Amino acid sequence: MSEMRYARDAYGEALIELGEKNKDIVVLDADLSGSTRTAMFGKKFPERFFNMGVAEQNMMGTAAGLAASGKIAFASTFAIFGAGRAWDQVRNTICYNQLNVKIVVTHAGITVGPDGSSHQAIEDIALMRAIPNMNIIVPCDAPQTKEAIFAASKSPGPVYIRLGRAKIPTLCNDREFEIGRARVLRQGDDVSIIACGIMVRQALLGAEILEKQGINARVVDMHTIRPLDKDVILECANKTKGIVTCEEHLVSGGLGSAVAEVLAEINAVAMKRVGIPGKFGQSGDPENLIKEYRLTPENIAETCKGLIG
Amino acid sequence: MKHSRTRKTHSSEEVKKLKEKAKQIRRLIVQMLAKAGSGHPGGSLSSTDIMTCLYFSVMNHEPKKTKWPGRDRFHMSKGHCCPVWYAVLAESGYFPKEWLWTLRKLGSNLQGHPDWRTPGVDVGSGSLGQGLSIALGMALAAKLDKAGHRVYVLLGDGEIQEGQIWEAAMAASHYRCDNLCAVLDYNGYQIDGKVSEIMNLEPLVEKWRAFGWHVVTIDGHDIADILSAFDQAKDLKDKPTIIIARTIKGKGVSFMENVVDFHGRAPTEAETKQALEELS
Repeated sequence: MSEMRYARDAYGEALIELGEKNKDIVVLDADLSGSTRTAMFGKKFPERFFNMGVAEQNMMGTAAGLAASGKIAFASTFAIFGAGRAWDQVRNTICYNQLNVKIVVTHAGITVGPDGSSHQAIEDIALMRAIPNMNIIVPCDAPQTKEAIFAASKSPGPVYIRLGRAKIPTLCNDREFEIGRARVLRQGDDVSIIACGIMVRQALLGAEILEKQGINARVVDMHTIRPLDKDVILECANKTKGIVTCEEHLVSGGLGSAVAEVLAEINAVAMKRVGIPGKFGQSGDPENLIKEYRLTPENIAETCKGLIG
Repeated sequence: MKHSRTRKTHSSEEVKKLKEKAKQIRRLIVQMLAKAGSGHPGGSLSSTDIMTCLYFSVMNHEPKKTKWPGRDRFHMSKGHCCPVWYAVLAESGYFPKEWLWTLRKLGSNLQGHPDWRTPGVDVGSGSLGQGLSIALGMALAAKLDKAGHRVYVLLGDGEIQEGQIWEAAMAASHYRCDNLCAVLDYNGYQIDGKVSEIMNLEPLVEKWRAFGWHVVTIDGHDIADILSAFDQAKDLKDKPTIIIARTIKGKGVSFMENVVDFHGRAPTEAETKQALEELS
């Protein structure tokens, strides 16, 4: 079994590394700094850390003001509050003004677990994808999280980085990461599985199931939802018989929609989306929720088979 | 409340010059809105004297060096009143006055609400209640950089019904942002009517004090009063200042004064003519 790590820990470590190198890095949080791990930065660089209390809207605006004064502002909270509670601030102040604010959210998706629906952001990618100028990254493991944070710090303008709560296995230790360039983790010519976040691992496991049944699945880690790597999608469309998207998010508005939008315009290949259907989450252990909402390797494999007949 | 104060005296000549300048700004506002055919005269005219004092006396700024790091920052939280901002920016020399006649037109550098592409505008606005947070971020950055510049933000009275204002108010005093000065254009009217009837703000002085701010109340059309309030804010240590300026919506144009209809309607041709006569 590969190493299990919190992506949030990698975020905290990345912030400290960035903070050491660049005095313009500032970090804001809204009373969740222990959970998001921004407290690690706060301990090391207290003068550059601003806990804004339980006030996400003000946090986003303050981050915008800091960015407008030359700072690279990282603002963190849970996904549901960062994307939901403060949406207008993100839209009108951060994105419209193209400010250098990196919104790094944790506790995205249903694997938040027992806290239940109010804390499970399943529509945040859709909300962020609706805003011009916003780039969106959904890392699949801890090392990629670190690379994504570094890349975002160098990329001017707003970026939304979506992390989960649970420990996740390390899939790939390579340090090659480029915003907007998907990674093909597994080659295959029968079907393509395009996934992001924790669903990349599920996709790889799904591909193993398919392999035993004589189906070769290509697995793409689409860590960047915007800018979307259209070339990789087109290659999947050209070289395989169908595309299945997988995300821990509503099937509407997120990765599946983004891929469907590309495919609809070229009318090239059949596709199906694995994700959360149009309903809210609920309390439960992450493993049970994954099963309940059919975000499993088995369902991915089954969906692939159904698609390519 | 005790604090050290080195009040500058402002000469009657300076006051007179600023009064004249304010009249010129009001003329520009009326002309600009008449040409645009839409926009918000009421709150632009109520904040004209404050904005004139800021840009022609109080703030340290270089119109030809819009990104000069040492400049005092200004943010207009009540973004719909951008005509007054555009007028003082043009009059200061940030951009040619001809631009004013393109307000709200397709392709214009002067959008219907403040836009970051306009020279002199650092951060745009329009969605109410967000500007105090932005100004707070600017103030925190200045403190972090140990830079001496100050941050000014103009708030509307209706606008402070937004909860985010109070989040920011709490945070600004928590972080002891004495380099931050807010001005409330308290003209008493919002789109739907009197502020006191739509959603009462009082007791306002006590509210801001309770949030840890130094509060100065002034007549927002008295130039000497405005200048001395800004002086007081500059000298104050450890807390942010809010200047609560009692103003008259539509100030300077008789038929616009305290008329809620002129919150968001441009003058007709005949009204424009009369307004400019009154402002001559």
